[in-house]
Amino acid sequence: MRLTKALLLSAAIALGTAPALATDVKIGVLNDRSGVYADLSGEGSVIAAKMAIADFDAAKKGINVTVVSADHQNKPDIASSIARQWYDQDGVDAIFDVPTSSAALAVSQVTKEKNKVFIDSGAGSTAIVGKSCSPNTILWTYDTYALANGTARTLLKQGKKSWFFITADYAFGQALENDTSEIVKNLGGTVVGDAKYPFPGSDFSSYLLKAQGSKADVIGLANAGGDTVNTMKQAAEFGITQGGQSIAALLVFITDVNAMGLDTAKGLLVTSAFYWDQNDGTRDFGKRFAAQDNGKMPTMVQAGVYASVLDYLKAVEATKSKDSKTVLDWMKANPTDDPLFGKGSILPNGRVLHDMYLYQVKSPAESKGPWDYYKLVATIPAKDAFQTMAQSGCTLN
Amino acid sequence: MFGIPAQVLFGQLLLGLINGSFYALLSLGLAVIFGMLNVINFAHGALYMMGAFVAWMLLTYLGINYWWALLITPIVVGAFGALIERTLISRLYHLDHLYGLLLTFGLALLIEGLFRNAYGVSGLPYTIPAALAGGHNLGFMFLPNYRAWVIIASLVVCAATWVLIEKTRLGAYLRAATENPALVGAFGINVPRLITLTYGFGVGLAALAGVLAAPIYSVNPNMGADLVIVVFAVVVIGGMGSILGAVVSGFGLGIIEGLTRAFYPQGSSVVIFVIMAIVLLVKPAGLFGKTA
Repeated sequence: MRLTKALLLSAAIALGTAPALATDVKIGVLNDRSGVYADLSGEGSVIAAKMAIADFDAAKKGINVTVVSADHQNKPDIASSIARQWYDQDGVDAIFDVPTSSAALAVSQVTKEKNKVFIDSGAGSTAIVGKSCSPNTILWTYDTYALANGTARTLLKQGKKSWFFITADYAFGQALENDTSEIVKNLGGTVVGDAKYPFPGSDFSSYLLKAQGSKADVIGLANAGGDTVNTMKQAAEFGITQGGQSIAALLVFITDVNAMGLDTAKGLLVTSAFYWDQNDGTRDFGKRFAAQDNGKMPTMVQAGVYASVLDYLKAVEATKSKDSKTVLDWMKANPTDDPLFGKGSILPNGRVLHDMYLYQVKSPAESKGPWDYYKLVATIPAKDAFQTMAQSGCTLN
Repeated sequence: MFGIPAQVLFGQLLLGLINGSFYALLSLGLAVIFGMLNVINFAHGALYMMGAFVAWMLLTYLGINYWWALLITPIVVGAFGALIERTLISRLYHLDHLYGLLLTFGLALLIEGLFRNAYGVSGLPYTIPAALAGGHNLGFMFLPNYRAWVIIASLVVCAATWVLIEKTRLGAYLRAATENPALVGAFGINVPRLITLTYGFGVGLAALAGVLAAPIYSVNPNMGADLVIVVFAVVVIGGMGSILGAVVSGFGLGIIEGLTRAFYPQGSSVVIFVIMAIVLLVKPAGLFGKTA
C-alpha cells in the first residue's frame, strides 16, 4: 500500500500533472461516541470524514491525510483538553464535528488560542458564529436561528401564535429558545412561558403538564437527540396533540425519527440541512454511507462532516498550504460546492450559507420502507436561511 | 399554594408518585441485594436497561407482547443475574464491599457498552400496549392509563416483596442466612443457592422496572446509567438494606423531585442529593436503617 502510494506520488511528480505537495494533514473528529448524540454524530462522522478523503482522492493529489477521533462525552472541559492535546502534542491541524454547543464553544476558544482550524458540524448555538465568533471557526451545517426560522415561521403562518418552551438548560437549548422566541415575537406571536430542565433529562411529564396548563398553541421543544425522542413519546402519551396543541420539535435528526417510530413522529415538521433522499448526489452518498454504518442513513451532522472535510481538503490543495489563516481565507473567499449541500458560501464569521429545507415526517402508510421518512414542504434559500453578518453580532470582518 | 394553582399542584404530586414508582422498584431490588448479600450492586441500572431491551427483543424478534414480556423478562434477566452471582460475585464475599462495587460497576460498563455497540444510543421504539393506551381526564390533569398502571404494579410488587421477606418462611431463612450462614447451613439449608436466588430476584425486580419503563422512556443503552446514581441516593436515604425504607423513600423522593420540577426545574437533578447529604448528616444510617 505504502509502496503504491509512493510510486503514484513519484509518478505524479515526474509527470508534473499534480502539484508536488506531499503534505501531511491530520484531522481530528471530536464528538459524542457514547452518549445521547453518539448516533447522530459518533462513528458515523468518522466514516463520513474518511469517505470525503477517499472521494477527494487526497493521496493521489499528494495530500496524506490521517484521521483521529475521540469522545468528548458532551462535556466542555473534556472537549477542550482533548483539543489542546491534539493541537499541542499530536499534530492535529483541524478539528471537525463537535456536537453539543457548550463543548463546541470550548473547542472554538482553544482553536483560536492555538491558531488552528475548527469546522463544526454537530453544534447549533448561534453564539459560535455570533458573539463568541472566532476567525478560526466555521459552522457548517445548521444553527438555532436557521432551525427556528424554518419551523417557527411555518407554524406562525398557520396562525399558531402563543408558544411555551421546554428547554434543555445549556448553551444550545437556551440559544434555540431565544432565537425562536425572537422570531415568534417578530411575527406577532407571544411566549407564554418555559420550563428549563437540567440536560440530559428522561422524564418530561412535569414539563408537559405545565405546557398543557399554559394553554399555548404550540409547545416548542428546544432540545435534541434522545431528549427530543423522550419528550415526543411522552407528549403522545399525555394526549397533547389531541388536546389541540401543536408540538414543534425544533431540532430533529433522522435518527430521532427512527427512534420515535413513524406512529409518534408522523406529521412533525422538521427543519434540516440535509436528507439522504433529496437528489442523486445525496442518495448516492446515503447508500454508500449506510453500507458502512450498519444500514443507518447519515444525519445532517454526518453529511456536514463529509462536506466540510471535502472543502477543507480543497483549500489545502488550492493553497498548497495547511497554514490556518491561508486555508481559512481561501475557504471564506471561494464558494463551497459539494454533492450534499450544493453551492454555498462562507461568511467572515464562519457561518456557511447553504439552502435549508422544511420537511414533514411521513405517516406509516406513506413510508415505503426503512429510512423513507420525510417529504419536502419547502426549500429555504441560503440567503434567507441564516442570520446575516450584521444580525449575528459577530465583530470580525 | 406558592402562587401555583391547586390543580397544577395535584398534577405534579401524581407525576411524582409515578416517578417514585420506578425509584421504589429499583431501590427495592438494591435494598434486597444489599440487605441479604452485602453487595452494592452497581450493575442495577444496566440490568434495568437489559429488562427494557429484552422486552423490546421479545416483541421485535419473537412477536411476544407486553404482558408476556412482563412475566418472561424478569425471569430471563434474573437468570442472567444468577449466573453473574454464581460465576463472579460469589468469589468476592470474603473481601471488602468495595470489591463487589467495583466488579458490578465494571459489569455495568461492559453490558452498556455491548448494547451500545449493537443498538446505538438513539433508542428503539416500544409502543404502549393497546389495553393501556389512552387516559382519563381527572379534572386537574390528564392521567394516561399506562402511568396509572405503573403506580399500581409498583405498589403491588413492593408490598409482595415486603411480605415475602418479612412474613414468609422463605424470607425467614433468608434473613437467618444473612445473620449466620454457617448455622443456617447446618440446618440443611443450601445457603449459596439461597443467595444466588436472592440476587436473581433483586435483578428480576430491576428487569421488571425496565419492562414497565420501555413504553414511556426511550429504550436505549444509557437509560440506566443516570438512574442508578439517583436510586443509590434513594437507598442511602432510606437506609441501606432496609426494604421498607427503600419503598417509602422511593415514593417520597419521587414526589419531592416532581414538586421541584414544578417549582424550580433547574434544581430537579440535585434535590435528591441535597436531601441525601442532609439525611447523612443527621441520621447517618438513613431514615429506616439500623445503626450497626
